[in-house]
Amino acid sequence: MATISAPPKASFALSMLLNDTRYRSYTFQFISLFLLFVAFAYLGSNLFRNLADAGLNISYDFLGEPAGYDINQRLIEYTSQSTHMRATVVGVLNTLLVAFLACLSATILGVVAGVLRLSRNWLISKLMAIYVEAFRNVPVLIWIIIIFTIMTAVLPAPRAFRGDDATASMIFESIAFTNRGVYVPSPVLGSGSLAVVLVFVLSIVAVFFYRRYAKKKLYSSGRLLPVFWPSLSLLFLPSIFAFFVLGQPVSLEYPVLKGFNFAGGWTVRGSLIALWFALAIYTGAFIAENVRAGILAISKGQTEAAASLGLRPNRIMNLVVLPQALRVIIPPLISQYLNITKNSSLAIAVGYMDITGTLGGITLNQTGRAIETILLLMLFYLLISLSISAIMNVYNKAVSLKER
Amino acid sequence: MRIRNLVGVIFVCVLSAGAGIAATLDDVQARGKLNCGVNTGLVGFAAPDSNGEWAGFDVAVCRAVAAAVLMDASAVEFLPQTGKTRFTALNSGEVDMLSRNTTWTFSRDVDLKFEFVGVNYYDGQGFMVPRDLGVSSATELDGATVCIQTGTTTELNLADFFRSNTMNYEPVPIETNAEARQQYLAGSCDVYTTDASGLAASRATFENPADHVLLPEIISKEPLGPLVRHGDNVWGDIVRWTLNALISAEELGITSGNINELASGTNNPEINRLLGSEGNLGEMLGLDAEWAKRAISAGGNYGEIFDAHIGESTPIGLARGLNAQWTNGGLLYSPPFR
Repeated sequence: MATISAPPKASFALSMLLNDTRYRSYTFQFISLFLLFVAFAYLGSNLFRNLADAGLNISYDFLGEPAGYDINQRLIEYTSQSTHMRATVVGVLNTLLVAFLACLSATILGVVAGVLRLSRNWLISKLMAIYVEAFRNVPVLIWIIIIFTIMTAVLPAPRAFRGDDATASMIFESIAFTNRGVYVPSPVLGSGSLAVVLVFVLSIVAVFFYRRYAKKKLYSSGRLLPVFWPSLSLLFLPSIFAFFVLGQPVSLEYPVLKGFNFAGGWTVRGSLIALWFALAIYTGAFIAENVRAGILAISKGQTEAAASLGLRPNRIMNLVVLPQALRVIIPPLISQYLNITKNSSLAIAVGYMDITGTLGGITLNQTGRAIETILLLMLFYLLISLSISAIMNVYNKAVSLKER
Repeated sequence: MRIRNLVGVIFVCVLSAGAGIAATLDDVQARGKLNCGVNTGLVGFAAPDSNGEWAGFDVAVCRAVAAAVLMDASAVEFLPQTGKTRFTALNSGEVDMLSRNTTWTFSRDVDLKFEFVGVNYYDGQGFMVPRDLGVSSATELDGATVCIQTGTTTELNLADFFRSNTMNYEPVPIETNAEARQQYLAGSCDVYTTDASGLAASRATFENPADHVLLPEIISKEPLGPLVRHGDNVWGDIVRWTLNALISAEELGITSGNINELASGTNNPEINRLLGSEGNLGEMLGLDAEWAKRAISAGGNYGEIFDAHIGESTPIGLARGLNAQWTNGGLLYSPPFR
């Protein structure tokens, strides 16, 4: 009779790092990690050694020095005497502005195109297919340049608006489309305008609460309150009422031709329009495909079930299909937003002063601090992208399937 | 045992230092080619001609240096650089010298650690406007939209000029000369500003050059010249004295036509020293006696190069002006060869 003794307790031997499958992968991971460190250390030391050989050092002191150049589109106060740091901030804000505008328009465009591409109307679905394929398959830089070139070539110069025999005229006497950009009236806030703005903000809050109330009512009693017209009137009527009661405190400043250019009002520069539209229609085509994929991912049974309950097609889309499709659409949408933000660095092609144009362009040139500015540029894009990711991930969590 | 082998393998990865960047002359001679950074395309200064050969005023300096060092004016690799990439390219050793209408400024010389070897074109920033704009002076440009080529000293000069004259303007930054031209001609800017020589070069390519005027104001000093890295004085001397040889050759009346005749000996000792029939200047430079003769033969003396690429007989049509020899009231003044 043999007694079964406990297997000998294996003590850890160094050779097990290679011979034992339980440990072997750790060995190789460790080696890989080590080699990776060595490679980066080599690159880093190479950089510093070469810089030292050339008598250069890494220094960010230049950020505090006067920039010396002007920027046409600035959302904050900036003159040529401001520092490079401030020029950088102006650039960051310009990047964020165009990225925000493009994300918003690309989403609207993409959702509309994606839904319409599934339309049963042959013409509409084919037109949308052409839009998607044409814009998705041509590089965005080409679109930026095409739009910009068309704008400068087709629209009249401000000079054409001058004199008695002017060849161009303003639309509604207030908006001028020129090859330098679009000049629109801007609001001038007089005394008491704060109240009007406050009323408008309150109206937005009120609309929000009304919609929540309507939803609650629908779920609790099954009664469907009208939403669209009440929302619209809630949004505008109080503000308009306040505007007239307070004696029209908000007026408009119209652009007028003065000297070489239009003065007054707001200027939406051609470079911003070109970059914004190009990014929006290009990325919109990708988003359209994401939306289409999301909708097709919802099983047909859902639509049929909703239809058999008597829901109309647009309610089926809004209440049944889209909320579920969003779970599929949001994750790729995040990367499209990141693409827009990163692609906005092509701005220099049309002279839009984004962060690549200010920090990575003129500042780099004037100071010659290439490595420092590029590192800073990478850091900014990384921060912006990670922030967008974080915000969108929160939203994704909110709409994702909640398993209970 | 095997572990020990493994550890051994890991430590085979030895860190090696980055290659040194001294002794450019040896590198160039070993390579057999001169890497020269030039403009990406500015007619007259550096642009490929109809045969794809680089030609121009700045290109000629590269060819002269190649002729002096490598005995072959065509042994040049031209590496086009934008305003943005040029300094990094030179600093990293990608190019041996930069001859790309680059303004000599204090901070570039001192802070960026470059050595400007001289000036081959005295320039200044000017303005070009369409004739029918009716502007005759840059001081009438208040409120104008100005196209600027970005990545140059022009942005700073422009900001200073408008600030000191308390005028406003709208800058339109533009990446390349070609885009600036398109924007300017479409009227999306009123004014185009860059170095006066660049304006003349651009105007020469317009359909109707006469419809555009250069305003009389020159708002800056732009001494353009070739440059090399700090820290290799031997190489710096070679480029400096090659440029000086071209300038001296004009002053001394040495042309590509009479150089072979003069090289056999004249009764002017400076010509003899320059062309190597007397003294040992070439040896001092680490080259042979005929270095300057080859450099001058490559494209002619300074005056010949000027006339061939940007002079009044070319479409660019620049007058010598400040770039005449000091004997003719200009600023060109080469130190003596002795």
